[in-house]
Amino acid sequence: MLKILDSAIPVACWSCSVAHNESTLFCPNCSKIQPPPGGDYFSVFGLEPRLHLDLDILEREFHRLSRKLHPDRFARAGENEKQWSLADTALLNDAYRTLKDPLRRTQYLLKLHGAEIGEEHAGRDPQKDAKDPVRVLPDLLEEVFDLNMQLEELRTERKAGAADPQLTVALEAARSKFEGLLKVVDDDLHAQWRVWDAGSESERRAAQNRMVALLDQRRYLSHLLRDVTETLGAE
Amino acid sequence: MAETRVVGIDLGTTNSLVAYMEGDAPVVIPGVDGSNLVPSVVALDPLPANGGRPTVTVGNSARKALFQNPERAIYSVKRLMGRGLSEVQSELRFFPFRLAEDVEEGEVPRIQLGELKFTPPEISAYVLRQLKRNAERFFGSPIRQAVITVPAYFNDAQRQATKDAGRMAGLEVLRLVNEPTAAALAYGLDRSKDGTIAVYDLGGGTFDISILKLRDGIFEVQSTNGDTHLGGDDIDNLLLAIALDEIHAEHGVDLRIHPGAVQAVRKAAIEAKIRLSSADVAHFDIELPNGDRYQREIPRAVFELLIEPILERTAGPCKQAMADAGIAPEDIDEAVLVGGSTRIPAVRQLVDKLFHLSARGKKPHSELNPDEVVALGAAVQAGILSGASETTDQMLLLDVTPLSLGIESLGGAVARIIQRNSTIPASTTEFFTTGVDGQTNVAIHVVQGEREMAADCRSLARFDLRGIPPMSAGLPRIEVKFLIDADGILHVSAREQRSGKQAHIEVKPTYGLTDEQVESMIIESFDHAEEDFAKRLLIEHRNEANTILAAVENAPSNPAWQQLTAEEREAIAAAQAQLQAVKDGDDTLAIRQATLALDQATRRFAELMMEEAVSSAIRGKTMDKVSEDLSENVTAPHAMAPAEFK
Repeated sequence: MLKILDSAIPVACWSCSVAHNESTLFCPNCSKIQPPPGGDYFSVFGLEPRLHLDLDILEREFHRLSRKLHPDRFARAGENEKQWSLADTALLNDAYRTLKDPLRRTQYLLKLHGAEIGEEHAGRDPQKDAKDPVRVLPDLLEEVFDLNMQLEELRTERKAGAADPQLTVALEAARSKFEGLLKVVDDDLHAQWRVWDAGSESERRAAQNRMVALLDQRRYLSHLLRDVTETLGAE
Repeated sequence: MAETRVVGIDLGTTNSLVAYMEGDAPVVIPGVDGSNLVPSVVALDPLPANGGRPTVTVGNSARKALFQNPERAIYSVKRLMGRGLSEVQSELRFFPFRLAEDVEEGEVPRIQLGELKFTPPEISAYVLRQLKRNAERFFGSPIRQAVITVPAYFNDAQRQATKDAGRMAGLEVLRLVNEPTAAALAYGLDRSKDGTIAVYDLGGGTFDISILKLRDGIFEVQSTNGDTHLGGDDIDNLLLAIALDEIHAEHGVDLRIHPGAVQAVRKAAIEAKIRLSSADVAHFDIELPNGDRYQREIPRAVFELLIEPILERTAGPCKQAMADAGIAPEDIDEAVLVGGSTRIPAVRQLVDKLFHLSARGKKPHSELNPDEVVALGAAVQAGILSGASETTDQMLLLDVTPLSLGIESLGGAVARIIQRNSTIPASTTEFFTTGVDGQTNVAIHVVQGEREMAADCRSLARFDLRGIPPMSAGLPRIEVKFLIDADGILHVSAREQRSGKQAHIEVKPTYGLTDEQVESMIIESFDHAEEDFAKRLLIEHRNEANTILAAVENAPSNPAWQQLTAEEREAIAAAQAQLQAVKDGDDTLAIRQATLALDQATRRFAELMMEEAVSSAIRGKTMDKVSEDLSENVTAPHAMAPAEFK
């Protein structure tokens, strides 16, 4: 099930010995597959690191590279080429998965630029970062507090057998309100994308800080909405 | 090219098939009896009178043994692949097979078949070998490479077990392909229209739903879901249970103690089920051992009512798959039906309802034989891998991992590192450190599943990172790379970053065979050589002797020992000495006889011990509690310091 993979990076092409740029999937000289390059996810697709991406172009490029890199194309190749095809395709898939999703893409790019993001990470309590409304949503403390109370109440009443229909109505209203808030956050995020992609160095820095805060809010709001939906749906 | 021909194999719960690409079209290879389907049944012929190994038969001829010698035949073994002891035990409640008595927690369970014991991959290997032979007879040349299909929802252990079975059968498994995806490939050959496809695959023992996007010959799976414990078998078992209860109530005959008769009723239940796909009513008419007849009519309406809860269990996975793919039923352009159970009209109605088909003027696809379509798709994938035809060169399958991969973190919670429905191959890198000064080992527990706590997920492997240079706690930075390959199987590598040392990984797969075990089970090796079989039998008898000797060794410490008479104890000592004397020799028969003699001599002791156990159970604990206590011990905390994440 498990084995150790080799990850040495040659500078020259293993096949034709012509030296090549490290971040290439295929040798520019002889077109042979190369071990995973060191660059970021954007460079896998030959893209500039930007937050606005044309998803159609991204998908087309993903399919084009998959056709050339996939292990299915190397079923009868030598052991090294097989291993590189596997590693390169994993990199391609990881890159595509990250870049095609707007949130993952934003997080990834901000992290490349040194931002600390309370991402759900192995070993961290995924709830912990999101459970700090004082930091994340200082303007909405009261609403959040009320909502959590109502959620708790509904769960308790359900357990006891009889839930107050009024409570369900109130929760559904709260859900619409928080969905609206989520939409506002998303719109703001998209506006910041434009600034980040086109702005000056200082504008960029401001946009970055704003996005880090927005991502925190977004994560908090989605956790909250998930809780509400689950509780309402668990009838 | 004949030497390098790659075949596609559908290793099914009920039936298995082998197919190949004839030019641009996949074709199923028939067996010697002319049938395309090889029933996935394996039977052991009676021991030859002059010694030697009993012949293993597969398929239709083995099916006969189910009725005549049920203790020497096995079917639906796919449900046991890659499963641990407790899972197999609960599964076997519905099947007439027995576990070998000396099976222990933590090893791959073995099934007792006549005088021999087999792991599930070995049984599957016999089915695969039969298919391999059918193909070799068909081509007149040896076959060494194959694509084998697995349910999309199979986990890592089940996939590995399938690959092991291929190796035991003498096949290099070039790729494991998910069954619904294979079916989509088979359909995609002649309709290269772009769009979104839902494949609903209800087979003999497993259910899968996959949602794919087809674009320019690329089949990109968006999401998959399923239940590896749901299929036609469940319908058969339900009808069987009802019939057995009625026979017991109306005729006073408990057939459950006659395995052969149970198989006869099971056969009648399956025939009734099949009939009800075309007829409005089916009849049961079975002669009972006491001469009575059990006669009963099942109208289709009653049948549909009975199976509704089973079919309803497919709805949840379908909805989840659509949600994961981010689509609504209206976004599905085509629905494809796969698996023999989709012949049931009620299943078709459910599919229609789930994907809003007839409301949009659509019909699900079932033009390709639902029993054959997976094997045909496997052949297409074999064609893609061998690069043999221009048609298949245009096609590429991008599949996903069905279950999230996670690591147990402090407190037993799961930290997800690869989300379900990620396109494979997929990888991720995590960093670990030590919690204690000078710690040189870190233990990591890898699990698969969607639950929050590791204990509720499927345990894949525990591994130890060893050889970390001693440093202050938290200083080492160990990079661990997890990679799921194109077969959906996990690989792990590790490196300590500060020292640049490759950490040594010692892996203990939670379920599954080691490389050496698989090697020793390659069936060609003991299939042709008489002495190999003799050797195997000798080893099994010797193991049995050692087991009973170890038990007798411990006997005097049991309170029941005090209740034996002096004569009884002497008889045990004599039998014990006799077995000790012969057990390491090569005389299989002598070992067997001495073992039986010792077993005989200790019979009363065993009875006394059992009484003791029963009365202690009554005194306080129920048996369930006792077994719970036992399993708690099995999962005792790992001796090494737990991994900490950085």
